[in-house]
Amino acid sequence: MISKPLLSIIIIAYLILLFVLAYLAEQSRLKKFVGHPFIYVLSLGVYCSAWTYYGSIGIAAKNGIEFLPIYLGPVIVIPAWIFILKKVIQVSKQNNVASIADFLSLRYGNSRFLGALVTFVCLVAILPYISLQLKAVSETFQLITTKQIVKPGSFTKDSSFYIALTLGLFSALFGTNSSDASQGRSGVLFVVAIESFLKLLFFLIAGFYITFIVFKGPHEILQQAQEQLHFNHFTAFQSLEDVMNWQFLIPLSMFAIFLLPRQFHIAVVENKSFKQLHTSLWAFPLYLLLFNFFVIFIAWAGNLLLPEGTKADYYSLLLPISRGNSFISLLVFMGGFSAVISMVVVSTIALSTMLSNNVIIPYGVLQRLSVNEPTKNKQLILWIRRALVFAIILISYILLHSFRVELSLFSIGLVAFLFIAQLAPSFFIGLYWSRGSSFGAIAGIFVGLLVCVFLYLVPYWEVPYFTKTLSEAGFLGLSSLPPNNLFGFATLNPIQNAFFWSMVANSFVYVFISLGIVSHYRERNYAEMVVNLNYQFDSEDAFVWKGKADIDAIKELLVRFLGERQVEKAIAKFNENNSRFREIENEDARFINFSEKLLTGTIGAASAKILLSNVTHEQPVSLYELLEILEENRAALLSNKKLKEKSQQLAKITHELKKANQELIEQDEIKDSFLDTVAHELKTPIASIRASSELLVEEDLPLELKEQFLANIQQDSERLTDLVNTILDIEKLQRGKEHLQLVPVNLSEFVPNSISRFYPILKDTGIKIELNIEPNLMANIHENRMSQVLTNLVSNSLKFIDEKKGLIQLTAKQFQNHIELTVTDNGKGFVKNDIPMVFDKFFQSKNQLLKAKGSGLGLSICKQIVEAHNGKIFIDENVKTGARITIRLPKAEVE
Amino acid sequence: MKKILIVDDEPNIVMALEYTFKKRDFEVFIARDGEEALAITTKELPDIIILDVMMPKLDGYQTLKRIKETEELKHIKVVFLSAKNKEEDIEKGLALGADDYIKKPFSIKQLVNRIIELL
Repeated sequence: MISKPLLSIIIIAYLILLFVLAYLAEQSRLKKFVGHPFIYVLSLGVYCSAWTYYGSIGIAAKNGIEFLPIYLGPVIVIPAWIFILKKVIQVSKQNNVASIADFLSLRYGNSRFLGALVTFVCLVAILPYISLQLKAVSETFQLITTKQIVKPGSFTKDSSFYIALTLGLFSALFGTNSSDASQGRSGVLFVVAIESFLKLLFFLIAGFYITFIVFKGPHEILQQAQEQLHFNHFTAFQSLEDVMNWQFLIPLSMFAIFLLPRQFHIAVVENKSFKQLHTSLWAFPLYLLLFNFFVIFIAWAGNLLLPEGTKADYYSLLLPISRGNSFISLLVFMGGFSAVISMVVVSTIALSTMLSNNVIIPYGVLQRLSVNEPTKNKQLILWIRRALVFAIILISYILLHSFRVELSLFSIGLVAFLFIAQLAPSFFIGLYWSRGSSFGAIAGIFVGLLVCVFLYLVPYWEVPYFTKTLSEAGFLGLSSLPPNNLFGFATLNPIQNAFFWSMVANSFVYVFISLGIVSHYRERNYAEMVVNLNYQFDSEDAFVWKGKADIDAIKELLVRFLGERQVEKAIAKFNENNSRFREIENEDARFINFSEKLLTGTIGAASAKILLSNVTHEQPVSLYELLEILEENRAALLSNKKLKEKSQQLAKITHELKKANQELIEQDEIKDSFLDTVAHELKTPIASIRASSELLVEEDLPLELKEQFLANIQQDSERLTDLVNTILDIEKLQRGKEHLQLVPVNLSEFVPNSISRFYPILKDTGIKIELNIEPNLMANIHENRMSQVLTNLVSNSLKFIDEKKGLIQLTAKQFQNHIELTVTDNGKGFVKNDIPMVFDKFFQSKNQLLKAKGSGLGLSICKQIVEAHNGKIFIDENVKTGARITIRLPKAEVE
Repeated sequence: MKKILIVDDEPNIVMALEYTFKKRDFEVFIARDGEEALAITTKELPDIIILDVMMPKLDGYQTLKRIKETEELKHIKVVFLSAKNKEEDIEKGLALGADDYIKKPFSIKQLVNRIIELL
């Protein structure tokens, strides 16, 4: 037991601490912590309100695992959540969206009515939810101080009234300090994160205390539960109904994680980077799982230890109290209190922003605002929001006293989810389907709400007339359609029933009307902008606007809401960003769109549109024109892409040209040096011929010498002829002028024939030629040319081998894919450094032994010929003594 | 009797030159490459050398360089006789200390006149 004054002091001290922390975070002294992804993830924990903190134990105590889907839903949906959220965040950041109502209104062409409707839905869903939180604080306050819950006589004696006031003050101070609601509030975010951490910590401490200190561990709770309770009831699906229940609760909670105003606020408006989202991928499910870890044990422990009829919601608090452990019970209370504060603060901020931006300003104050002074406008907007925060909390407090006592936390929470889920079709389908229209969205939401009211609220509240008629006569007066048994789905409980049918009706109406009615061009604009975000065209360019704008009038308008300095800054930035578009004629449209975004943050999307339409003279754009513009946009994108491809191709070609040019220069140098060498090679025999003939003419030579010189002249002339022919051959082959006619030839006949001319020369030497040719080996070759190759190779070998012990071996062998011819000798072999050059023209090895000089063209011409056979010639570097040249020819096709 | 060394790897040219100078009362020595030429030069100390450029083992330029580097040999007159007759080849030869550079194909008469002039 803790005395009321002491607990009050603790609460006030805690609140002051939070105020200070929020202040520090706002003053950016804690900035580096505030931007951390963990702060974001923890503040997402605002999902776990008092409903989780107390309510899930209540449901677990009664119905076992039924509480789990509410947390499993978000866990399952997390990857998709991140995927969809990226798009939502991108759109929201580009357009200064400040709430879910703003977002939906923006998507459906800044529809004022839709924004208001969404706000209404949120209000209806969340107000009772907030009073529920107040109720939880008030009841736990009483429990921990007096061990019982008594209805307070008047509100001045009611602790929850003071708590409500304090919360209102806190929310007003830190949630509404900037008139641009789309800007994040680091103070609130930081405090919410700290509270999320504390509530989890305290909950885990309580769970640990109950499981491991009150009991000896989970096994003892399990054992006793098995003995004393209807154990199966808690751990298994009892019936089809239980299974259905899971199936409905999971999608319900999936929608909630996107659409609850507080979740949207934290996840989208307060988001600072995608990195934060990536961390939440694993951290947020972990948070939820930790939160549910001890629930079932606490529930069973309460069922075992506390007297029948105890309010199961508060087991976690009552168990330590019953054990006389004030400290643990205080921790539990403070944890629950933290859960309440964060939920209430974030929800009221979100709701007040929605109310001011989507209901009050566009429907009433707007006209007054536009003539006011700038500073006054700012102040007015802020005071409207502050007043709204207070109003919301006070109304919730009043609602609290109209609740029936037996209503559990869990069931009120579910109703909130049910109403919020009505936004799901227009939100999710609208994100990816540009045909979805505001008419469809509005009608869908209306019909969904109606279904909820008739299938759930009317029977639940037992409205005298309706309930009777409905259950007797059925829906729409049809006796076959009683509200709890529509079309015979009797297994559904009322909330599942309402959820199922409202979703069906809502989606159907939304899609049907969207398909049926052609929406306003302006709406299609926004739809395209949101849906086609992936096209990544500049959202300002995607915007279609036709008409005339009075730029000065717009500026004046902006100044009224934002103040002169801020407007100048913004316009300077706009000009800077758009200077390159100066020549584009639709600058007006760009500026108007820009102004609209600026205003959206302050007064909401719908209001911004209305205000701007007063100072601009917009002409309707026909659907045809709109489609044309969109088409142009895509066409521009496409041609852009083509242009990019072309320039890439051009760059590639330029590169290739440069390379080719470089090669040409190199070729030119090679050609020069080739000509040089050719000239040298030609001049040598000519010099010899000239000298010899001069002697023959001038001198009176003896006959013997005359004959000798004539023979020399003849020899040199032959050499000249050979040289000229070889050079011509090589040029011809190299330029591909000579197309070799290949015919099948039997190598076992061809090789011996080719080298037969050497035998007479070698008769008097010790040089031996060995042949090893596979019999009947056929190859497609040009006989004369290939014979030239073999002759060249053999005469080449002769230059390097010893006259007495020389050995030249020729082989021909068939392989799987080719034919290989080799010429091997036991001569001096190649000099390793020469190997890369030996096939170059005029290369001459320094290892030559034979005196008679070759042209240096032999191997080069061999290479040309073999390549003209589609073959390869190379030096086998593995041969250690002597040299081996290998020719690889394609296999002959067998007919 | 003057000593002449003919250095060339073309036997037919060597043959023509050998006949020409023998007939003019030269003592003729023949080498087929640079190394052989250096050996004969050191041994016989010829008065003049006719030197080809493109030869196996040691080319004409390198041979001349060696000769000019050797104190006892550097006085020997050297005439290049080569088919390498681009300007830069000739300049290179003269820069190395050759007394003349005669291009192939050549006239025997002119060659003989140059040699006699140099001696």
